[in-house]
Amino acid sequence: MNVSSILSSSFAVRAGQRGHWMLLAGLALLLMLVPFGIVPFGEGWVRILALALLYVLLALGLNIVVGFAGLLDLGYVAFYAVGAYMTAWLSSPHLSEHLPAVMALWPNGLHVPIWLIVPLAAAVAALAGIVLGAPTLKLRGDYLAIVTLGFGEIIRVFMNNLEQPLNLTNGPRGISQIDPVRLGPLDFSQPLTLGSFSIPSVVLYYELFLLMGVGAILIGHRLEFSRIGRAWMAIREDEIAARAMGLNTRNLKLLAFAMGASFGGVAGALFGAFQGFVSPESFSLMESVMIVAMVVLGGIGHLPGVVLGALLLAALPEVLRYVAADLRVHTGGRLDAAILRQLLIALAMIGIMLWRPRGLWPSPERARAAPEEMTP
Amino acid sequence: MDTFVQQLINGLVLGCMYALVALGYTMVYGIIGLINFAHGDVLMIGALVSYSVATALMESSPNLSGWLALAVALPVSMGACVGLNLLIERLAYRPLRSAPRLAPLITAMGVSLLLQALAMVIWLPSPKPYPQLIPDTVFDVWADGPVITLTQLLILGVTTAVLALLMALVLRTRLGRAMRATAENPQVAALMGVQPDRVIAATFAIGAALAALAGVMWAANYGTVQHTMGFLPGLKAFTAAVFGGIGNLAGAMVGGLLLGLIESMGAGYLGSWTGGVFGSNYVEIFAFAVLIAVLTLRPSGLLGERVADRA
Repeated sequence: MNVSSILSSSFAVRAGQRGHWMLLAGLALLLMLVPFGIVPFGEGWVRILALALLYVLLALGLNIVVGFAGLLDLGYVAFYAVGAYMTAWLSSPHLSEHLPAVMALWPNGLHVPIWLIVPLAAAVAALAGIVLGAPTLKLRGDYLAIVTLGFGEIIRVFMNNLEQPLNLTNGPRGISQIDPVRLGPLDFSQPLTLGSFSIPSVVLYYELFLLMGVGAILIGHRLEFSRIGRAWMAIREDEIAARAMGLNTRNLKLLAFAMGASFGGVAGALFGAFQGFVSPESFSLMESVMIVAMVVLGGIGHLPGVVLGALLLAALPEVLRYVAADLRVHTGGRLDAAILRQLLIALAMIGIMLWRPRGLWPSPERARAAPEEMTP
Repeated sequence: MDTFVQQLINGLVLGCMYALVALGYTMVYGIIGLINFAHGDVLMIGALVSYSVATALMESSPNLSGWLALAVALPVSMGACVGLNLLIERLAYRPLRSAPRLAPLITAMGVSLLLQALAMVIWLPSPKPYPQLIPDTVFDVWADGPVITLTQLLILGVTTAVLALLMALVLRTRLGRAMRATAENPQVAALMGVQPDRVIAATFAIGAALAALAGVMWAANYGTVQHTMGFLPGLKAFTAAVFGGIGNLAGAMVGGLLLGLIESMGAGYLGSWTGGVFGSNYVEIFAFAVLIAVLTLRPSGLLGERVADRA
């Protein structure tokens, strides 16, 4: 597909969208009811679903960077970490306990409400995205992969070591006692009682994450067919041609970084409040790779595909834990659920690229353009 | 002064190993423009294969000289890595040579994960002690001053010899000429009778042999092997290649040595420079800080020519 056709393709897509919205609304309503069906089997399953929704949020954010703008970001988890540590600092006693200045001002610890933390985390993560993107703008895309990977490692080293001279991150032990989400009178850590009906805390989180996920899909969708989205795709297909068409590629790439990162920041902030605890362990390189794999597996740049990929890969470890429970015993410790998961993800990444480079559920538009692109 | 010379020695030894790995990156990148993410993991496989061979030999005949075990283990691991890298190139990279650039990069990442997972299955995830093959003789540079081990001396010597050989190969032989021609322009090289597939395979083979050598050195120098040991050295060696100017052989060597020196000097002095605020545990950041600085200030690297913009 060439650049000018992307730039002028918004009209055709607009038609027949009302049906899509109805479908999405119905689906969202259905998904809202899902946890009530699952709760009897154990709240653990709802928890897994809630975490899977956070992964959807992350994958949608990364999709802006990788899928729309074609910039491979291997350190995406760093923005997730930024968001999570924002929550940890702003709504736990940690800072007051370790910094006398904060102690003097807020002796009971900082307890910033979540509706303030989330936009703040998005903003800080977006800023981090710009800082990271700036040095790589003029370079070929593959340098970016390495620099972002390095950035992720830098953040991890800081998380692990910033307990001296000021104890900011508490090192590998992490920060605990983070406030749960509280929205007005609604405390997400307590079950919500409506008459004789009680909604468990984890279901409340699920609904919140679902709301955020749907919001992210809407934003992603609006972006995809906006002027900016089409400009990003033009850059992805051919940066030089895009520049020749008068696009400000520098600002657009920075915008992609910032927007993608802000999704990560929001997901991180929610994650921190949900878990009540953050530590560097949650933000390893493997997480970054997982999120990339979600986007790649589902269908780079195609929202339904990305959501599918995120749900599949987020569910995979849990399924494996169930299926491969005594694998460890049978293989003498050589194979367990974690290793099997890594093996499967690796094979999926290679296999998808070789045989289905557009992912499991590619966008129809790109599938049409694919044969043309494959010719050298 | 003592600390300085000691860190100089450590840095040169580390730099030699980075340089060997960086050459593999830079040669592959120079020819097909792919960052071979799995290169660091080839190093890891090399170290683990040599560990298995050496341990098996030492166990079957306890009186065997360590040198002999090394003389067997090193070629075996180099051979295994060459075979492995050829297989990876054939199965995972060659089919994607004309695909959009993101595709082979993602496959390379997949291969890296795959190698680590397979290493966990074959060798178990725990760190393993590497047998003492070379006598742990320590030489004083001067009395009560810095020291250098026999292993470190060997690493310096062997690396110098190998680098000289490689330069001769690339600059003086038919294969080297074909490699340079393919890097310049594969289509025209093919018209001149060069077989690009073969040249590319040869490049992967040479890179793998160098990585295996570096892996054995790494294992012998630090004394443990594990499935994660290749990842960070690989990343840093890539940084070294960018530092020196990617695609440039001399650049990879210079970049590797400089990066090794920067890291070891950082490890030695960071604590005292910053009054103990940042200890040597921040050393991991140096390589990436260097990478970002180089990319911002001089993207073509120290010795590199203009980076062709093929975006």
